[in-house]
Amino acid sequence: MTQDAATRWRPRIRQRNTIGRGFALLTIVSTLLGIAVLVALLVDVFGDGGAQVDGHFLSSYPSRFPEDAGLRSALLGTLWLLVLTAIIAFPLGVGAAVYLEEYAPNNWLTRFIQLNIANLAGVPSVVYGLLGLGLFVRWFALGRSLLAGAMTMALLILPLIIVASREAIRAVPDSQREASYALGATKWQTVFRTVLPAAGGGILTGTILALARAIGETAPLITIGALTYIAFDPSGPMDLFTVLPIQIFNWVSLPQEGFSDLAAGGIVILLIVLLVANSIALFVRFRLQRRFD
Amino acid sequence: MLFLCAAVSILTTAGIIFTLLGETLAFFREIPIVDFLTGTRWTPLFVSQSFGVLPLVNGTLVVALVAVVVAVPIGLMSAIFLSEYAPARVRAAIKPILEVLAGIPTVVYGYFALLFVTPILREIFPQTQVFNVLSAGIVMGFMILPMMASISEDALRVVPRALREGAFALGATKFQVTTRVVVPAALSGILAAIILSVSRAIGETMIVSIAAGLQPKVGFDLLSSMETMTAYIVQVSLGDTPQDTIEYRTLFAVGTLLFLMTFVMNILSDWIVRRYREVYE
Repeated sequence: MTQDAATRWRPRIRQRNTIGRGFALLTIVSTLLGIAVLVALLVDVFGDGGAQVDGHFLSSYPSRFPEDAGLRSALLGTLWLLVLTAIIAFPLGVGAAVYLEEYAPNNWLTRFIQLNIANLAGVPSVVYGLLGLGLFVRWFALGRSLLAGAMTMALLILPLIIVASREAIRAVPDSQREASYALGATKWQTVFRTVLPAAGGGILTGTILALARAIGETAPLITIGALTYIAFDPSGPMDLFTVLPIQIFNWVSLPQEGFSDLAAGGIVILLIVLLVANSIALFVRFRLQRRFD
Repeated sequence: MLFLCAAVSILTTAGIIFTLLGETLAFFREIPIVDFLTGTRWTPLFVSQSFGVLPLVNGTLVVALVAVVVAVPIGLMSAIFLSEYAPARVRAAIKPILEVLAGIPTVVYGYFALLFVTPILREIFPQTQVFNVLSAGIVMGFMILPMMASISEDALRVVPRALREGAFALGATKFQVTTRVVVPAALSGILAAIILSVSRAIGETMIVSIAAGLQPKVGFDLLSSMETMTAYIVQVSLGDTPQDTIEYRTLFAVGTLLFLMTFVMNILSDWIVRRYREVYE
């Protein structure tokens, strides 16, 4: 270092520290901003909709008159859709995960399937709706039924279930499998009596979280043509249906006085349903997840 | 048997491609693809039909731009806070809150945009239309914020301690370590997060359907109403469009374009992560 450079060298510690503190503050503010928006959203929704929620709101059908309207058919539709989607997606997702983790040979086809699953997770949900419209509603001629909706939703959440189940299965240590083989179990017995029970907590948690995602999805069901006005209880998989998010969307888009508060009330119910689903997932995670440390 | 379960994923992709492609090709038999991709008037539901998709693409990109302008800086700063500054306990408290933000259904965000954010915007800018791009874009930004923050944070956290300590040893302050060493080292992951955010913003449907309106037009006026590709799909789906009409086929033509745009971005993001990831021993 020359004499000249040495005299020009100024550490400026104080200035650098000031900048540093300013930056740290900025990161905190940014983080708080996200949280503030969440709080504002919840306060807004519960403030507008909290008063709507009562027995009448839950047990009435939608109506042209805001004071009469309720979300009975939407709530039942959501429950029906949830059960049907779970019945379709759970075995498929777990089956695919078991195949990929326990059976699949390491070849191009397996790699292609994995790449494909990763890509499917990134497809916009409204595109799944177009798939459901073209394939299930028109081609399979299922119409705008609960079944068509559930099949569409099942395909939508399948990648989530597969990924979560694979992680759970991978977390089961090989010593468990080897112990099973040592006792004379076949591969099939090992998978079904040792690996799957051990991975059950993780698989179930992942499935419930995936179903929670399905509860909140609106766009694909609108695309396949689920209706916004249903004034009867769905009674089977071939019935027409509506769900909570669609009912909320319908109320939000009505300009007349009173309906936006109904939408807020619907959102309160929807958020409560999601809260319950996530709590169950948390509970399952803590109760059933086995640890192999 | 189990293989068939896994094969369902391939069948799904094949199903998406064939349903989209079949109707799209039928669409292009009637409307030349050049007119579709370069036309600036989108009026398939009017008597004088016109099938230029550019207004929808314009609306989609403008909303996505607003969303990214909101989500990327805030998300990146949150990620830096969580990865570099926050004590473990604060981090453990904040991560679940961000997950809640990510888990809120998009229709709820749509309500929030239309009935909370838009009235505020109209106070500040009186000329704001009831349905406007700015409100939808801002709220969409907060919707994709958790994803942006979480992927960036993962990228920041895998930067090894030794790099940070080396920079500290040279006399750098924490700010300098973060901005000149850690963030550049994690740049590929951050870039991937940005591209995924754009892809999510382009495919997002309900917020724009509720809050951005249904006016297909080319322009950049953030305070006015525009229609996105996804909002158009919802608009047509709500009406009772008979099968085998040109209106029905526009759904799939627009859907195909949407699928291709998000697909290319997802692949690109994946490729960047693979190609530019610094591997630390």
